[in-house]
Amino acid sequence: MGTGPLLLLATLEGTVMAAVLALAAVGLSLTFGVMRVVNVAHGEFYMLGAVLAWAVAQAVPSAPLGFVAALLIAPPLVAALAWVTDTTLLKRLNYDPESTIVATIGLSYLLQQGALSFFGPDARPVAAPFSLRLQFPWFGYSGYKLFVVLAALLVLGAVWLFLRRSKAGLVMRATQVDRNTARAFGINVDRVYAGTFALGAGLAALAAVLVVPISQAHYLMGHDPLLLSFIVVIIGGLGSLRGTLIAALIIGLADGILSMLYPPTLAKIVATLAVALVLVFRPQGLFGAPAR
Amino acid sequence: MTHLPRRCVLAGLAAGSALALSPARFAMAQSAAPIKLGFQLHRTGIGASYGRWYERTAQAALTRVNAAGGINGRPVEIVFEDDGTDPKRGAEVVDKLVSQHGCDLIFGPLFSHVVIGSAPRAGELKVPYLVCSEGYHVASGMLNRWTLQPGITDVRAQVSSMAPWVTSTLGKKVTMVFPDYAFGHDHRDFFTAAVEAQGGQIVAKIAVPPTETSFTRYFPQIPADTDVLYHVMVGPAVLTFVKELGEFYGSGARPQIFGFIDSLEAVDLAGPGLEFLEGTHFWEGHCRVKQADAPAWEGEYRAAVGVDDNGASVSDAKDVATYAHMFSVWETLSVIKQGMEAAGYQSTADRQKFVEAVEAMTGFDAGLDHVQGTKTFNGKTHQVFGQQFISKVEGGKLIRVHATAIEDGLYPDAVDYTTQSF
Repeated sequence: MGTGPLLLLATLEGTVMAAVLALAAVGLSLTFGVMRVVNVAHGEFYMLGAVLAWAVAQAVPSAPLGFVAALLIAPPLVAALAWVTDTTLLKRLNYDPESTIVATIGLSYLLQQGALSFFGPDARPVAAPFSLRLQFPWFGYSGYKLFVVLAALLVLGAVWLFLRRSKAGLVMRATQVDRNTARAFGINVDRVYAGTFALGAGLAALAAVLVVPISQAHYLMGHDPLLLSFIVVIIGGLGSLRGTLIAALIIGLADGILSMLYPPTLAKIVATLAVALVLVFRPQGLFGAPAR
Repeated sequence: MTHLPRRCVLAGLAAGSALALSPARFAMAQSAAPIKLGFQLHRTGIGASYGRWYERTAQAALTRVNAAGGINGRPVEIVFEDDGTDPKRGAEVVDKLVSQHGCDLIFGPLFSHVVIGSAPRAGELKVPYLVCSEGYHVASGMLNRWTLQPGITDVRAQVSSMAPWVTSTLGKKVTMVFPDYAFGHDHRDFFTAAVEAQGGQIVAKIAVPPTETSFTRYFPQIPADTDVLYHVMVGPAVLTFVKELGEFYGSGARPQIFGFIDSLEAVDLAGPGLEFLEGTHFWEGHCRVKQADAPAWEGEYRAAVGVDDNGASVSDAKDVATYAHMFSVWETLSVIKQGMEAAGYQSTADRQKFVEAVEAMTGFDAGLDHVQGTKTFNGKTHQVFGQQFISKVEGGKLIRVHATAIEDGLYPDAVDYTTQSF
């Protein structure tokens, strides 16, 4: 394959990777930004979204309908579970950073082993809603992957609009800036926290439903998105939506292009190195506000 | 072929199970205590799909052995212990099965990194360790006298026996895609040698980390002049690999594709995105789809392990078996029974006698004890050799198009374990 087609394929792969990263990371970024809770179970909410998508798609006979049904059913279910988790677990720990990390680690094991028990150990496919394939002269490419890029842009845009333009978004941002003052102004911080945690988990599940037709639902699939989400969120700046998007683009494109031209392990080394450099020289991330 | 005990047939199922439960049934043994077999099981981790079916196969084989009177007149028990498909945990499981459960021997692991990580501990504990892993690490001399592989042919023999068919039927310029660890390296090394011996050429070797989840980035490395793409993948991402391969070639020109069924074990070939596999070829250790000329015992074996004629669970057509590999568990238990009876095995003090008894074996006849087919056993290298099958996807089903002879896969001994001390 010549250099031109190779670069085209690398850019396509990188863009798709960036979209997947941004989708997976936005929920984590939100949870941390507003609640200052490091949700280690984020990857398992993602996994749960994919597994539920498979379960829903099984129950609906046609592929496009199954996908739409999964899109409508899985994220709210996962969000509801996260809401319950917040009120029964995190709230009782008073959102203490160390305790919540340990608690969400425990939660991640519960979710993972629960999925193993009830869903089984196999990787299960979910059919894409359409099977368009782009045939370039040198290679074929899945049209659905490009749809994921579009969907990621839509989801990020919707989250941005929600935070900037809606009353709930305003309340969330107020809580993010100062929890005590927000409470003094009559904001029900407990509900904001539960809502944020649910929204973060729901976004993870939404990302998973979008991504599962290009990978598979599997009970161990939460590891990678968790790690990559952390990388993206640390580089982009905790709680910054713009930072998350830009970091996802940097990491995704770098990974796509580097791993096409060099051994893929090198791309992982570069991503990890970038995290280390950001932590050393700009601990708040590229777009994060310095800690007060 | 082995026949069912006559009285079981006469007394019928109810009487048979009543007999199995009665202590008098095992009265001939010096000790009526059960023989305890430890099973190192990939219940979780990347090998979990295999683990589930290995457990079912082991249970089915156990039921059959106990229904036929157990081993040396004693009932048999299997203690399953999950190793998480993790080498470190694997060695701990060996310890636990021997020290805590007091198992007489251990069998069952598939993944080569687990086997290589656990075998040294089995050697230290001086406990027979019968693996079902396909790896060349047993016959290569890398492991020890306590480690045996009497249930499944190793990768070296598998690929050597099939290379002539691949180069003569599909093409001589081959690109290999394989997982970057011991099992994949066996494929790389021995298939390369076998293809070159046939006058063929490996034009590219693409190693993929076993934890990889996205594969499109590797495909541009496939040279355009490739005649045959040889793929073998393991782990939960295998389906993604095959689907992305299909997307990459799309409707354009593509080489012939020859894969190890490992790339699609526990995966339904009728799944979305797999249409392009039509007309491609697969290695199978044991044909997933019941072939028209299947031997008489094939149906009995499928019924025992709960697999239908398409290779899926009888209770759930979407639950596809790891059929090409799981016979090794069934056959290994047959060898354990035969070996313990030949050694007059009574207690853990007889473990060495058991290993010596297995080493003295020379082969196994096809039948309900050895459902995959006739095999030759090499006591010096602790490795068994059987036929291999090549199947073609026709109408979404795997139809056998070639069977190798056992001799095709034989190679010179690299070790003589019988000269090593216990």
